[in-house]
Amino acid sequence: MSDATRDILTPPKVQRSPLVSVLLHTALIICSFGMLYPILWMISGSFRPQEELFGTSSLIPSALDLGGYFRGWTGLQVTFGRFFWNSLVISVLATIGNVVGCSLAAFAFSRLRFGGRKFWFALMLGTLMLPYHVVLIPQYILFLHLGWVNTPLPLIVPKYLATDAFFIFLMVQFFRGIPKELDEAAVMDGCSPFRIYWKIMLPLSLPVLATAAIFSFIWTWDDFFGPLIYLSDIDTYTVQLGLRSFVDSTGSSDWTALFAMSNLSLIPVFLFFLFFQRLLIEGIATTGMKR
Amino acid sequence: MALHSEILSKEGRASALRSRGTFRRILERNAAGYIFLLPWLLGFFGLTLGPALASLYLSFTNYDLLQSPDWVGAANYVRILSDDPKFGAAMRVTFTYVVLSVPLKLAFALAVAMAFNRGIKGLTLYRAIFYLPSLLGSSVAIAVLWRQLFASDGLVNMALWQIFGFEGPSWISNPDYALYTLVLLSVWQFGSPMIIFLAGLRQIPTDMYEAAEMDGAGKARQFFKITLPLLTPVIFFNAVIQTIEAFKAFTPAFIISEGTGGPINSTLFYTLYLYQEAFGFFRMGYASALAWILVIIISLFTAFSFLGARYWVHYDE
Repeated sequence: MSDATRDILTPPKVQRSPLVSVLLHTALIICSFGMLYPILWMISGSFRPQEELFGTSSLIPSALDLGGYFRGWTGLQVTFGRFFWNSLVISVLATIGNVVGCSLAAFAFSRLRFGGRKFWFALMLGTLMLPYHVVLIPQYILFLHLGWVNTPLPLIVPKYLATDAFFIFLMVQFFRGIPKELDEAAVMDGCSPFRIYWKIMLPLSLPVLATAAIFSFIWTWDDFFGPLIYLSDIDTYTVQLGLRSFVDSTGSSDWTALFAMSNLSLIPVFLFFLFFQRLLIEGIATTGMKR
Repeated sequence: MALHSEILSKEGRASALRSRGTFRRILERNAAGYIFLLPWLLGFFGLTLGPALASLYLSFTNYDLLQSPDWVGAANYVRILSDDPKFGAAMRVTFTYVVLSVPLKLAFALAVAMAFNRGIKGLTLYRAIFYLPSLLGSSVAIAVLWRQLFASDGLVNMALWQIFGFEGPSWISNPDYALYTLVLLSVWQFGSPMIIFLAGLRQIPTDMYEAAEMDGAGKARQFFKITLPLLTPVIFFNAVIQTIEAFKAFTPAFIISEGTGGPINSTLFYTLYLYQEAFGFFRMGYASALAWILVIIISLFTAFSFLGARYWVHYDE
């Protein structure tokens, strides 16, 4: 854990009597367990024999049965492998787009001088407040005319055009903290702005770029609305859409398989949580992200 | 490339001024900035400003994607506001959801953050556990899980039966309860406001509490006289962000009601209604009007919050 987080989020430890300590930790463990119970129950549910799921709230299955995973994986006319591949392609490309597009704009706003800079910056901040619903329908019509509906392009290309103003704002804040002397020295040495962006700003901004990348990946992976609108052919479905079709087709008949696929869909996000927990929590604490 | 002069550097600009003609100078001074800004400018005009204006125009038309838009004046707005029971239902559902879920979520977030602010061993682990639902919660998988928890033979009813011998209703298919299961889902995800609260609590200087202690102020008094007032900017921030998010909620209602907003429109969130109009019935003009009404509602709400904020939010330093 970095010193920064320790300062922002971690109060100094307090000496307590052993009794108070034990009570406090017992309470916290019970609450943690309560918070996680539904998720744990879903995980254990996916390993149960199909008929056992109902009638028990216990977390331990009577027998370990992987049938749900097999039935779920091939439960629709296209396997979940296809959906995972689609989701992965869209999330990776969208994440790269977000980082590239937003960092270019953020570099211009924070480091370059040009006419109208303040004006464009104010407009960019204005788009932060604009709910996407007002651009939704014309964007759909635009992509329909471009022949992009039923392809992943509407979910990827806009990211390269830095449409996610929140990340621009995040990066501008960070870039401003990098000492100007660095790029002034580079200018004296005959560095072009592009080299300064590439060789100085990006390497020095890895924490904010990583935060932006992780959140873009998770949000794109979890996105349901975008794929729902743009992808109607089952071959193009993302995991989230695949899950939704699976709900519709199995209804409440095969919960084991449904839970199995739900669990798989959470794995990428969970891995990010496991390995980048500090960056995620720091990101929220310092920028006030919504989730 | 001689674009050096665009970097914010006095030396660079001075040398550019000396060595170049006026036109080239203006061009070069601005070129780099606009080259870097080009992707954003394309996005801004092509995907934000253009579409926003287009949807404003479409909201005054009837448009089904097949025939060209047919100008109807304010008819869409008049019908929405005077003669559309589903709009009324969507407003009721959305406002109930916002009014219940946001305060409850913030109350939990604050309570847990206060507990965490007292210096506990293993804080990092507890904090991560409490944050996890907030990270996973917006996925379809969790909505699927919720559907099962509150089904007639779901986990909740199973527990009620085992513990109290009480046979619970089917929560998600009962119009009286369906919305409340979604409120609960939202409250369960209090993790991110909790972290923001925790960061805010850390900003309050501890010597204020020490001074209050010396003066004999009890814990409750300290909370109401120090913690709460000094935390108002953070409370305000969280409240605005969470309210806007709550207005935009979509996925859980869609999954739990299978896209219908039922039973009997009881989970017809505003965005779900908008989706149905646009992509179910292809009434693009009508849906655009709905979108603009949502924008107006959110803007009004934000404006009023900021106006009201001056009466309760403390910005001392």
